[in-house]
Amino acid sequence: MPEKETPGVPENENILSGTRRDFLKQSGFLTAVALTPIGIVKAAESHLDEKVAAFFEKMPLKMEVNGVSHQLSVEPRSTLLEVLREQLDLTGTKKGCDRGQCGACTVHVNGKRVNSCLSLAITNNNKTITTIEGLADGDELHPMQQAFIDHDGFQCGYCTSGQIMSAVACIHEGHAGSETEIREFMSGNICRCGAYPNIVNAIQEVSKGGNKA
Amino acid sequence: MNQFQYNKANEPHSAVKLVAKDPDAHFLAGGTNLIDLMKMGVVNPTKLVDINHLPFSKIEKLPHGLRIGALVSNSDVADSELVKAGFPLLSQAINAGASPQLRNMATVGGNLMQRTRCPYFFDTTLPCNKRKPGSGCGALEGINRMHAIFGASDQCIAVNPSDMNVAMRALNATVHVSGPKGARGIPIADFHRLPGEQPELDNTLKNGELITAVELPYSAFNKNLSYLKIRDRTSYAFALVSAAVALHLEGETIKEARLAMGGVAHKPWRLSAAEEFLKGKMVSEGNFRQAAQIAMKGAKAYQYNQFKLKLAPNTLIQSLRIASGIAAS
Repeated sequence: MPEKETPGVPENENILSGTRRDFLKQSGFLTAVALTPIGIVKAAESHLDEKVAAFFEKMPLKMEVNGVSHQLSVEPRSTLLEVLREQLDLTGTKKGCDRGQCGACTVHVNGKRVNSCLSLAITNNNKTITTIEGLADGDELHPMQQAFIDHDGFQCGYCTSGQIMSAVACIHEGHAGSETEIREFMSGNICRCGAYPNIVNAIQEVSKGGNKA
Repeated sequence: MNQFQYNKANEPHSAVKLVAKDPDAHFLAGGTNLIDLMKMGVVNPTKLVDINHLPFSKIEKLPHGLRIGALVSNSDVADSELVKAGFPLLSQAINAGASPQLRNMATVGGNLMQRTRCPYFFDTTLPCNKRKPGSGCGALEGINRMHAIFGASDQCIAVNPSDMNVAMRALNATVHVSGPKGARGIPIADFHRLPGEQPELDNTLKNGELITAVELPYSAFNKNLSYLKIRDRTSYAFALVSAAVALHLEGETIKEARLAMGGVAHKPWRLSAAEEFLKGKMVSEGNFRQAAQIAMKGAKAYQYNQFKLKLAPNTLIQSLRIASGIAAS
Protein backbone atom coordinates (compact mmCIF):
# COMPACT_ATOMS: atom_id res chain seq x y z
CA MET A 1 0.00 0.00 0.00
CA PRO A 2 1.35 3.44 -0.84
CA GLU A 3 1.91 5.75 2.08
CA LYS A 4 -0.27 8.81 2.08
CA GLU A 5 2.64 11.12 2.70
CA THR A 6 5.98 10.84 1.01
CA PRO A 7 9.06 11.78 3.04
CA GLY A 8 9.93 15.43 2.66
CA VAL A 9 10.36 18.53 4.70
CA PRO A 10 7.09 18.79 6.60
CA GLU A 11 5.15 21.98 6.71
CA ASN A 12 4.56 23.42 10.14
CA GLU A 13 0.81 23.50 9.73
CA ASN A 14 0.82 19.78 9.11
CA ILE A 15 2.58 19.20 12.37
CA LEU A 16 0.03 21.31 14.18
CA SER A 17 -3.08 19.91 12.57
CA GLY A 18 -2.02 16.34 11.90
CA THR A 19 -2.68 13.25 13.95
CA ARG A 20 -0.35 11.99 16.64
CA ARG A 21 0.97 9.55 14.09
CA ASP A 22 1.78 12.28 11.59
CA PHE A 23 3.49 14.17 14.38
CA LEU A 24 5.61 11.17 15.28
CA LYS A 25 6.51 10.56 11.67
CA GLN A 26 7.40 14.15 11.02
CA SER A 27 9.16 14.86 14.27
CA GLY A 28 11.08 11.65 13.75
CA PHE A 29 12.14 12.92 10.40
CA LEU A 30 13.12 16.31 11.81
CA THR A 31 15.24 14.61 14.43
CA ALA A 32 16.85 12.55 11.73
CA VAL A 33 17.62 15.64 9.68
CA ALA A 34 18.97 17.48 12.72
CA LEU A 35 21.27 14.64 13.72
CA THR A 36 22.24 14.11 10.11
CA PRO A 37 24.14 10.82 10.39
CA ILE A 38 23.26 8.86 7.32
CA GLY A 39 22.24 5.80 9.32
CA ILE A 40 19.44 7.69 11.03
CA VAL A 41 18.17 9.20 7.82
CA LYS A 42 18.15 5.73 6.35
CA ALA A 43 16.25 4.49 9.38
CA ALA A 44 13.64 7.16 8.75
CA GLU A 45 13.46 6.28 5.08
CA SER A 46 12.99 2.62 5.89
CA HIS A 47 9.89 3.56 7.90
CA LEU A 48 11.33 2.78 11.31
CA ASP A 49 9.38 5.79 12.51
CA GLU A 50 6.28 3.97 11.26
CA LYS A 51 7.03 1.16 13.64
CA VAL A 52 7.49 3.56 16.52
CA ALA A 53 4.17 5.19 15.68
CA ALA A 54 2.46 1.83 15.35
CA PHE A 55 3.71 0.81 18.78
CA PHE A 56 1.99 3.78 20.35
CA GLU A 57 -1.18 3.32 18.37
CA LYS A 58 -1.96 -0.26 19.28
CA MET A 59 -5.30 -0.84 20.95
CA PRO A 60 -6.45 -3.49 23.41
CA LEU A 61 -8.61 -6.27 22.03
CA LYS A 62 -10.31 -9.08 23.91
CA MET A 63 -11.57 -12.09 21.97
CA GLU A 64 -12.47 -15.66 22.73
CA VAL A 65 -10.95 -17.87 20.04
CA ASN A 66 -11.77 -21.59 19.96
CA GLY A 67 -12.77 -21.48 23.61
CA VAL A 68 -9.66 -19.63 24.80
CA SER A 69 -9.85 -16.03 25.95
CA HIS A 70 -7.15 -13.73 24.58
CA GLN A 71 -6.13 -10.25 25.65
CA LEU A 72 -4.36 -8.74 22.66
CA SER A 73 -2.89 -5.49 21.47
CA VAL A 74 -3.56 -4.71 17.81
CA GLU A 75 -3.15 -1.95 15.25
CA PRO A 76 -6.55 -0.62 14.19
CA ARG A 77 -5.76 -1.54 10.58
CA SER A 78 -5.05 -5.21 11.35
CA THR A 79 -7.70 -7.53 10.01
CA LEU A 80 -9.13 -10.38 12.02
CA LEU A 81 -7.40 -12.73 9.55
CA GLU A 82 -4.00 -11.17 10.22
CA VAL A 83 -4.40 -11.29 13.99
CA LEU A 84 -5.52 -14.94 13.92
CA ARG A 85 -2.60 -15.98 11.74
CA GLU A 86 0.20 -13.72 12.88
CA GLN A 87 -0.51 -13.07 16.55
CA LEU A 88 -2.32 -16.25 17.56
CA ASP A 89 -0.46 -18.57 15.15
CA LEU A 90 -3.75 -20.04 13.97
CA THR A 91 -2.58 -20.50 10.40
CA GLY A 92 -5.35 -22.91 9.43
CA THR A 93 -7.36 -19.91 8.25
CA LYS A 94 -5.94 -18.92 4.86
CA LYS A 95 -5.34 -15.62 3.12
CA GLY A 96 -6.48 -16.06 -0.47
CA CYS A 97 -7.58 -12.94 -2.32
CA ASP A 98 -7.65 -10.78 0.85
CA ARG A 99 -10.61 -8.93 -0.69
CA GLY A 100 -13.65 -10.97 0.26
CA GLN A 101 -13.90 -12.68 -3.10
CA CYS A 102 -12.63 -16.22 -2.44
CA GLY A 103 -13.80 -17.33 1.02
CA ALA A 104 -10.50 -18.97 2.06
CA CYS A 105 -10.48 -16.81 5.21
CA THR A 106 -13.97 -17.84 6.40
CA VAL A 107 -14.33 -18.12 10.19
CA HIS A 108 -17.33 -17.97 12.53
CA VAL A 109 -17.87 -14.81 14.58
CA ASN A 110 -20.53 -15.22 17.26
CA GLY A 111 -21.66 -18.31 15.35
CA LYS A 112 -21.95 -16.66 11.95
CA ARG A 113 -19.62 -17.20 9.01
CA VAL A 114 -17.73 -14.11 7.85
CA ASN A 115 -14.76 -13.20 5.65
CA SER A 116 -12.07 -12.49 8.23
CA CYS A 117 -10.01 -10.55 5.65
CA LEU A 118 -12.62 -7.77 5.54
CA SER A 119 -13.19 -7.55 9.27
CA LEU A 120 -10.98 -5.21 11.25
CA ALA A 121 -9.78 -7.14 14.30
CA ILE A 122 -10.59 -4.24 16.61
CA THR A 123 -14.28 -4.45 15.70
CA ASN A 124 -14.37 -7.99 17.15
CA ASN A 125 -13.83 -6.88 20.73
CA ASN A 126 -15.64 -9.21 23.18
CA LYS A 127 -16.70 -11.54 20.37
CA THR A 128 -16.41 -15.31 20.11
CA ILE A 129 -14.44 -16.66 17.16
CA THR A 130 -14.25 -20.22 15.86
CA THR A 131 -11.60 -21.19 13.33
CA ILE A 132 -10.87 -24.50 11.63
CA GLU A 133 -8.60 -25.37 14.57
CA GLY A 134 -11.61 -25.18 16.89
CA LEU A 135 -13.86 -27.69 15.10
CA ALA A 136 -12.37 -31.04 16.13
CA ASP A 137 -13.08 -32.53 19.53
CA GLY A 138 -9.59 -33.55 20.66
CA ASP A 139 -8.46 -36.25 18.25
CA GLU A 140 -11.92 -36.76 16.90
CA LEU A 141 -12.55 -34.85 13.70
CA HIS A 142 -15.68 -32.80 13.25
CA PRO A 143 -18.16 -34.72 11.05
CA MET A 144 -17.67 -32.16 8.26
CA GLN A 145 -13.89 -32.61 8.36
CA GLN A 146 -14.35 -36.39 8.17
CA ALA A 147 -16.85 -36.05 5.31
CA PHE A 148 -14.40 -33.90 3.31
CA ILE A 149 -11.80 -36.67 3.69
CA ASP A 150 -14.29 -39.43 2.85
CA HIS A 151 -15.50 -37.62 -0.28
CA ASP A 152 -12.17 -36.22 -1.50
CA GLY A 153 -13.51 -32.71 -1.00
CA PHE A 154 -10.19 -31.11 -1.90
CA GLN A 155 -7.04 -31.41 -3.96
CA CYS A 156 -4.46 -28.76 -3.08
CA GLY A 157 -6.27 -27.99 0.18
CA TYR A 158 -5.76 -24.23 0.24
CA CYS A 159 -9.46 -23.37 0.19
CA THR A 160 -10.44 -26.30 2.40
CA SER A 161 -10.52 -24.71 5.85
CA GLY A 162 -12.72 -21.92 4.47
CA GLN A 163 -14.91 -24.46 2.66
CA ILE A 164 -15.37 -26.50 5.84
CA MET A 165 -16.16 -23.47 8.02
CA SER A 166 -18.66 -22.34 5.40
CA ALA A 167 -20.15 -25.83 5.04
CA VAL A 168 -20.73 -26.13 8.80
CA ALA A 169 -22.51 -22.75 8.78
CA CYS A 170 -24.47 -23.68 5.66
CA ILE A 171 -26.08 -26.60 7.51
CA HIS A 172 -26.63 -24.53 10.69
CA GLU A 173 -28.43 -21.89 8.64
CA GLY A 174 -30.71 -24.50 7.12
CA HIS A 175 -29.42 -23.92 3.61
CA ALA A 176 -28.35 -27.46 2.77
CA GLY A 177 -31.72 -28.82 1.67
CA SER A 178 -30.79 -29.71 -1.90
CA GLU A 179 -27.79 -29.76 -4.19
CA THR A 180 -28.96 -26.52 -5.80
CA GLU A 181 -29.35 -24.82 -2.44
CA ILE A 182 -25.94 -26.03 -1.25
CA ARG A 183 -24.27 -24.78 -4.42
CA GLU A 184 -25.94 -21.37 -4.05
CA PHE A 185 -25.09 -21.01 -0.36
CA MET A 186 -21.51 -22.25 -0.83
CA SER A 187 -20.87 -19.85 -3.72
CA GLY A 188 -18.75 -17.56 -1.54
CA ASN A 189 -16.02 -20.22 -1.39
CA ILE A 190 -14.00 -20.61 -4.55
CA CYS A 191 -12.03 -23.81 -5.26
CA ARG A 192 -9.56 -23.49 -8.11
CA CYS A 193 -8.98 -27.26 -8.19
CA GLY A 194 -12.69 -27.65 -8.90
CA ALA A 195 -13.55 -30.08 -6.11
CA TYR A 196 -17.11 -28.72 -6.04
CA PRO A 197 -19.03 -31.98 -6.73
CA ASN A 198 -17.17 -33.73 -3.91
CA ILE A 199 -17.66 -30.79 -1.55
CA VAL A 200 -21.41 -30.89 -2.25
CA ASN A 201 -21.41 -34.66 -1.60
CA ALA A 202 -19.63 -34.17 1.71
CA ILE A 203 -22.13 -31.53 2.83
CA GLN A 204 -25.08 -33.65 1.74
CA GLU A 205 -23.79 -36.59 3.73
CA VAL A 206 -23.42 -34.57 6.92
CA SER A 207 -26.76 -32.86 6.31
CA LYS A 208 -28.65 -36.12 5.70
CA GLY A 209 -26.83 -38.02 8.40
CA GLY A 210 -28.12 -35.54 10.92
CA ASN A 211 -24.60 -35.25 12.22
CA LYS A 212 -24.18 -32.45 14.66
CA ALA A 213 -22.46 -30.05 12.29
CA MET B 1 -3.67 -0.26 4.31
CA ASN B 2 -2.78 3.20 5.58
CA GLN B 3 -2.91 3.85 9.29
CA PHE B 4 -5.97 5.58 10.68
CA GLN B 5 -7.43 6.56 13.99
CA TYR B 6 -10.14 4.23 15.27
CA ASN B 7 -13.08 5.62 17.25
CA LYS B 8 -15.96 3.60 18.62
CA ALA B 9 -19.17 5.61 18.73
CA ASN B 10 -21.54 4.95 21.61
CA GLU B 11 -24.32 7.26 20.53
CA PRO B 12 -25.46 8.57 17.14
CA HIS B 13 -24.89 12.19 18.04
CA SER B 14 -21.18 11.74 18.75
CA ALA B 15 -20.69 9.64 15.60
CA VAL B 16 -22.26 12.35 13.46
CA LYS B 17 -20.19 15.04 15.17
CA LEU B 18 -16.91 13.19 14.63
CA VAL B 19 -17.52 12.66 10.92
CA ALA B 20 -19.11 16.07 10.24
CA LYS B 21 -16.06 17.99 11.40
CA ASP B 22 -13.46 15.88 9.57
CA PRO B 23 -13.59 15.45 5.78
CA ASP B 24 -11.21 12.47 6.01
CA ALA B 25 -13.36 10.58 8.53
CA HIS B 26 -15.68 7.73 7.54
CA PHE B 27 -18.38 5.74 9.31
CA LEU B 28 -17.54 2.04 9.58
CA ALA B 29 -20.34 -0.53 9.65
CA GLY B 30 -19.91 -4.00 8.10
CA GLY B 31 -16.76 -2.87 6.33
CA THR B 32 -17.15 -5.27 3.38
CA ASN B 33 -16.82 -2.44 0.87
CA LEU B 34 -14.87 0.20 2.81
CA ILE B 35 -12.06 -2.09 4.02
CA ASP B 36 -11.63 -3.41 0.50
CA LEU B 37 -11.41 0.15 -0.87
CA MET B 38 -8.91 1.09 1.85
CA LYS B 39 -6.71 -1.89 1.00
CA MET B 40 -6.73 -0.80 -2.65
CA GLY B 41 -5.89 2.79 -1.70
CA VAL B 42 -9.08 4.04 -3.37
CA VAL B 43 -10.36 5.55 -0.13
CA ASN B 44 -7.86 6.73 2.48
CA PRO B 45 -9.62 7.85 5.64
CA THR B 46 -7.49 9.15 8.50
CA LYS B 47 -10.27 8.36 10.95
CA LEU B 48 -12.86 5.58 11.17
CA VAL B 49 -15.90 5.96 13.36
CA ASP B 50 -17.20 2.50 14.24
CA ILE B 51 -21.00 2.75 14.38
CA ASN B 52 -21.68 -0.95 15.00
CA HIS B 53 -22.75 -0.35 18.58
CA LEU B 54 -25.42 2.22 17.77
CA PRO B 55 -29.04 1.17 18.35
CA PHE B 56 -30.00 0.59 14.70
CA SER B 57 -30.20 -3.21 14.71
CA LYS B 58 -33.93 -3.85 14.86
CA ILE B 59 -36.66 -4.62 12.38
CA GLU B 60 -39.85 -2.99 13.67
CA LYS B 61 -43.47 -3.15 12.59
CA LEU B 62 -45.05 0.24 11.99
CA PRO B 63 -48.77 0.89 11.37
CA HIS B 64 -48.14 1.41 7.65
CA GLY B 65 -44.95 -0.48 7.00
CA LEU B 66 -41.70 -1.87 8.26
CA ARG B 67 -38.74 -0.01 9.69
CA ILE B 68 -35.42 -1.75 9.17
CA GLY B 69 -32.50 -0.44 11.22
CA ALA B 70 -29.46 0.64 9.24
CA LEU B 71 -27.24 -1.88 11.03
CA VAL B 72 -29.36 -4.97 10.42
CA SER B 73 -27.23 -7.38 8.41
CA ASN B 74 -28.24 -8.20 4.85
CA SER B 75 -28.81 -11.86 5.81
CA ASP B 76 -31.01 -10.92 8.77
CA VAL B 77 -33.14 -8.76 6.46
CA ALA B 78 -33.39 -11.50 3.82
CA ASP B 79 -34.28 -14.14 6.44
CA SER B 80 -36.71 -11.99 8.45
CA GLU B 81 -40.22 -13.44 8.51
CA LEU B 82 -41.62 -9.89 8.48
CA VAL B 83 -39.64 -9.07 5.34
CA LYS B 84 -40.41 -12.38 3.64
CA ALA B 85 -44.15 -11.90 4.26
CA GLY B 86 -44.44 -8.21 3.43
CA PHE B 87 -41.57 -7.61 1.05
CA PRO B 88 -40.43 -10.89 -0.52
CA LEU B 89 -38.95 -8.94 -3.46
CA LEU B 90 -36.40 -7.46 -1.05
CA SER B 91 -35.48 -10.91 0.31
CA GLN B 92 -35.00 -12.25 -3.20
CA ALA B 93 -32.86 -9.29 -4.26
CA ILE B 94 -30.61 -9.45 -1.20
CA ASN B 95 -30.08 -13.19 -1.59
CA ALA B 96 -29.11 -12.61 -5.22
CA GLY B 97 -26.19 -10.44 -4.12
CA ALA B 98 -22.73 -11.19 -2.70
CA SER B 99 -22.08 -14.40 -0.70
CA PRO B 100 -23.53 -15.71 2.59
CA GLN B 101 -20.37 -14.59 4.43
CA LEU B 102 -20.59 -11.07 3.03
CA ARG B 103 -24.33 -10.85 3.66
CA ASN B 104 -23.68 -11.75 7.31
CA MET B 105 -21.34 -8.78 7.60
CA ALA B 106 -22.85 -6.17 5.27
CA THR B 107 -25.54 -3.88 6.65
CA VAL B 108 -28.57 -2.18 5.13
CA GLY B 109 -26.99 1.27 5.47
CA GLY B 110 -23.71 0.04 4.04
CA ASN B 111 -25.43 -1.56 1.06
CA LEU B 112 -27.12 1.77 0.28
CA MET B 113 -23.65 3.37 0.40
CA GLN B 114 -21.94 0.69 -1.71
CA ARG B 115 -19.53 2.17 -4.25
CA THR B 116 -19.40 1.19 -7.91
CA ARG B 117 -17.35 -1.83 -8.97
CA CYS B 118 -16.09 -0.06 -12.11
CA PRO B 119 -12.50 -1.32 -12.58
CA TYR B 120 -11.30 2.20 -13.39
CA PHE B 121 -12.58 3.35 -10.01
CA PHE B 122 -10.74 0.53 -8.23
CA ASP B 123 -7.39 0.88 -10.03
CA THR B 124 -5.63 3.97 -8.68
CA THR B 125 -3.25 4.07 -11.67
CA LEU B 126 -6.12 4.70 -14.11
CA PRO B 127 -8.19 7.83 -14.70
CA CYS B 128 -11.55 8.03 -12.93
CA ASN B 129 -13.63 11.14 -12.32
CA LYS B 130 -15.43 9.45 -9.45
CA ARG B 131 -12.23 8.67 -7.55
CA LYS B 132 -10.28 11.72 -8.71
CA PRO B 133 -12.48 14.47 -10.17
CA GLY B 134 -11.05 15.91 -13.36
CA SER B 135 -8.82 12.92 -14.16
CA GLY B 136 -11.15 11.69 -16.90
CA CYS B 137 -13.29 8.60 -17.38
CA GLY B 138 -11.24 5.56 -18.33
CA ALA B 139 -14.32 3.48 -19.03
CA LEU B 140 -15.85 5.82 -21.59
CA GLU B 141 -13.56 4.53 -24.34
CA GLY B 142 -12.14 1.61 -22.38
CA ILE B 143 -13.40 -1.77 -21.26
CA ASN B 144 -17.00 -0.82 -20.55
CA ARG B 145 -18.76 -4.16 -20.66
CA MET B 146 -20.30 -3.80 -17.18
CA HIS B 147 -21.30 -0.17 -17.61
CA ALA B 148 -24.40 1.98 -17.80
CA ILE B 149 -26.93 2.23 -20.61
CA PHE B 150 -29.19 4.76 -18.88
CA GLY B 151 -28.53 8.19 -17.39
CA ALA B 152 -24.75 8.24 -17.83
CA SER B 153 -22.71 11.37 -18.57
CA ASP B 154 -19.44 11.88 -20.41
CA GLN B 155 -17.88 12.22 -16.95
CA CYS B 156 -18.88 8.77 -15.69
CA ILE B 157 -20.61 5.65 -17.02
CA ALA B 158 -20.34 3.55 -13.85
CA VAL B 159 -23.27 1.60 -12.40
CA ASN B 160 -24.56 1.12 -8.87
CA PRO B 161 -23.72 -2.51 -8.08
CA SER B 162 -26.35 -3.22 -5.43
CA ASP B 163 -29.25 -5.66 -5.76
CA MET B 164 -30.90 -4.54 -2.52
CA ASN B 165 -31.14 -0.98 -3.81
CA VAL B 166 -33.06 -2.10 -6.90
CA ALA B 167 -35.73 -3.81 -4.81
CA MET B 168 -35.92 -0.83 -2.46
CA ARG B 169 -36.43 1.47 -5.42
CA ALA B 170 -39.30 -0.69 -6.68
CA LEU B 171 -40.80 -0.79 -3.16
CA ASN B 172 -40.68 3.02 -2.63
CA ALA B 173 -38.41 2.88 0.42
CA THR B 174 -37.58 5.95 2.48
CA VAL B 175 -34.04 6.34 3.80
CA HIS B 176 -33.90 7.90 7.26
CA VAL B 177 -30.80 9.86 8.16
CA SER B 178 -29.54 11.83 11.10
CA GLY B 179 -27.12 14.70 10.65
CA PRO B 180 -25.64 17.78 12.28
CA LYS B 181 -28.80 19.69 11.38
CA GLY B 182 -31.24 17.03 12.55
CA ALA B 183 -33.06 14.06 11.07
CA ARG B 184 -34.82 13.72 7.73
CA GLY B 185 -36.29 11.09 5.44
CA ILE B 186 -35.12 10.80 1.84
CA PRO B 187 -37.28 8.97 -0.72
CA ILE B 188 -35.08 6.29 -2.29
CA ALA B 189 -35.65 7.86 -5.72
CA ASP B 190 -33.77 10.93 -4.49
CA PHE B 191 -31.14 9.14 -2.44
CA HIS B 192 -28.85 7.91 -5.23
CA ARG B 193 -27.99 10.33 -8.01
CA LEU B 194 -26.95 10.31 -11.64
CA PRO B 195 -23.31 11.19 -12.36
CA GLY B 196 -23.84 14.41 -14.32
CA GLU B 197 -20.93 16.77 -13.77
CA GLN B 198 -20.21 15.46 -10.26
CA PRO B 199 -19.67 11.71 -10.50
CA GLU B 200 -17.74 11.78 -7.22
CA LEU B 201 -21.10 12.08 -5.48
CA ASP B 202 -22.99 8.77 -5.34
CA ASN B 203 -25.87 10.10 -3.28
CA THR B 204 -27.51 13.20 -1.83
CA LEU B 205 -26.35 12.79 1.77
CA LYS B 206 -25.06 15.97 3.33
CA ASN B 207 -21.88 16.32 5.33
CA GLY B 208 -21.91 14.09 8.40
CA GLU B 209 -25.32 12.55 7.75
CA LEU B 210 -25.68 8.99 9.00
CA ILE B 211 -28.27 6.48 7.76
CA THR B 212 -30.33 5.27 10.71
CA ALA B 213 -33.09 3.18 9.10
CA VAL B 214 -35.05 2.36 5.98
CA GLU B 215 -38.83 2.36 5.94
CA LEU B 216 -40.88 0.28 3.53
CA PRO B 217 -44.60 1.04 3.09
CA TYR B 218 -46.91 -1.99 3.06
CA SER B 219 -48.40 -2.63 -0.36
CA ALA B 220 -50.09 -5.26 -2.48
CA PHE B 221 -46.78 -6.04 -4.16
CA ASN B 222 -45.97 -9.06 -2.02
CA LYS B 223 -47.61 -11.81 -4.10
CA ASN B 224 -46.61 -11.59 -7.74
CA LEU B 225 -42.99 -10.68 -7.94
CA SER B 226 -39.60 -11.63 -9.32
CA TYR B 227 -36.03 -10.47 -8.96
CA LEU B 228 -34.18 -11.84 -11.96
CA LYS B 229 -30.44 -11.27 -12.07
CA ILE B 230 -28.31 -12.10 -15.09
CA ARG B 231 -24.57 -12.42 -14.50
CA ASP B 232 -21.44 -14.08 -15.82
CA ARG B 233 -21.77 -17.06 -13.47
CA THR B 234 -24.75 -18.60 -11.70
CA SER B 235 -24.00 -17.09 -8.33
CA TYR B 236 -21.76 -14.62 -6.54
CA ALA B 237 -21.18 -12.08 -9.30
CA PHE B 238 -22.37 -8.56 -9.96
CA ALA B 239 -25.32 -8.07 -12.27
CA LEU B 240 -24.91 -7.50 -15.96
CA VAL B 241 -28.60 -6.68 -15.79
CA SER B 242 -31.22 -7.37 -13.14
CA ALA B 243 -34.96 -6.76 -13.24
CA ALA B 244 -37.14 -6.31 -10.17
CA VAL B 245 -40.82 -6.82 -10.97
CA ALA B 246 -43.77 -6.66 -8.60
CA LEU B 247 -47.33 -6.81 -9.92
CA HIS B 248 -50.59 -6.06 -8.18
CA LEU B 249 -52.92 -8.41 -10.05
CA GLU B 250 -56.68 -8.76 -10.03
CA GLY B 251 -57.31 -11.95 -11.91
CA GLU B 252 -55.46 -11.44 -15.17
CA THR B 253 -55.52 -7.67 -14.96
CA ILE B 254 -52.52 -5.66 -13.83
CA LYS B 255 -53.84 -3.06 -11.40
CA GLU B 256 -50.38 -1.64 -10.87
CA ALA B 257 -46.81 -2.60 -11.71
CA ARG B 258 -43.51 -1.76 -10.06
CA LEU B 259 -40.46 -2.18 -12.26
CA ALA B 260 -36.80 -1.38 -11.62
CA MET B 261 -33.50 -2.45 -13.12
CA GLY B 262 -30.01 -2.94 -11.76
CA GLY B 263 -26.68 -2.96 -13.55
CA VAL B 264 -27.83 -0.35 -16.03
CA ALA B 265 -27.34 3.04 -14.37
CA HIS B 266 -25.54 5.07 -11.70
CA LYS B 267 -28.63 4.56 -9.52
CA PRO B 268 -31.27 1.84 -9.25
CA TRP B 269 -33.31 2.51 -12.37
CA ARG B 270 -37.10 2.77 -12.07
CA LEU B 271 -39.11 2.13 -15.24
CA SER B 272 -42.02 4.52 -14.68
CA ALA B 273 -43.19 4.79 -18.30
CA ALA B 274 -43.39 1.00 -18.63
CA GLU B 275 -45.27 0.83 -15.30
CA GLU B 276 -47.75 3.39 -16.62
CA PHE B 277 -48.21 1.38 -19.81
CA LEU B 278 -48.96 -1.85 -17.91
CA LYS B 279 -51.54 -0.25 -15.62
CA GLY B 280 -54.94 -1.80 -16.35
CA LYS B 281 -53.55 -4.11 -19.04
CA MET B 282 -53.96 -7.86 -19.19
CA VAL B 283 -51.16 -10.23 -18.34
CA SER B 284 -49.87 -11.16 -21.78
CA GLU B 285 -46.66 -11.80 -23.64
CA GLY B 286 -47.49 -9.00 -26.06
CA ASN B 287 -48.03 -6.44 -23.32
CA PHE B 288 -44.80 -7.45 -21.60
CA ARG B 289 -42.87 -7.03 -24.85
CA GLN B 290 -44.36 -3.59 -25.41
CA ALA B 291 -43.58 -2.59 -21.82
CA ALA B 292 -39.96 -3.66 -22.31
CA GLN B 293 -39.76 -1.65 -25.51
CA ILE B 294 -41.02 1.41 -23.67
CA ALA B 295 -38.60 0.77 -20.80
CA MET B 296 -35.64 0.84 -23.18
CA LYS B 297 -36.37 4.31 -24.58
CA GLY B 298 -33.32 6.51 -24.25
CA ALA B 299 -30.90 3.63 -23.68
CA LYS B 300 -27.41 4.23 -24.98
CA ALA B 301 -24.63 1.63 -25.16
CA TYR B 302 -20.86 1.93 -25.45
CA GLN B 303 -18.32 -0.22 -27.29
CA TYR B 304 -18.45 -3.34 -25.12
CA ASN B 305 -21.91 -3.23 -23.56
CA GLN B 306 -24.05 -3.22 -26.71
CA PHE B 307 -25.36 -6.61 -25.60
CA LYS B 308 -27.20 -4.93 -22.74
CA LEU B 309 -29.57 -3.28 -25.22
CA LYS B 310 -30.96 -6.78 -25.88
CA LEU B 311 -30.25 -8.37 -22.52
CA ALA B 312 -32.05 -5.67 -20.53
CA PRO B 313 -35.46 -5.93 -22.25
CA ASN B 314 -35.22 -9.73 -22.39
CA THR B 315 -34.45 -9.85 -18.66
CA LEU B 316 -37.40 -7.58 -17.92
CA ILE B 317 -39.76 -9.66 -20.07
CA GLN B 318 -38.65 -12.90 -18.41
CA SER B 319 -38.98 -11.35 -14.96
CA LEU B 320 -42.51 -10.19 -15.87
CA ARG B 321 -43.36 -13.72 -17.02
CA ILE B 322 -42.13 -15.18 -13.73
CA ALA B 323 -43.91 -12.56 -11.60
CA SER B 324 -47.21 -13.06 -13.41
CA GLY B 325 -46.96 -16.84 -13.40
CA ILE B 326 -46.63 -17.28 -17.19
CA ALA B 327 -43.17 -18.81 -16.64
CA ALA B 328 -41.75 -20.82 -13.79
CA SER B 329 -38.99 -19.19 -11.78
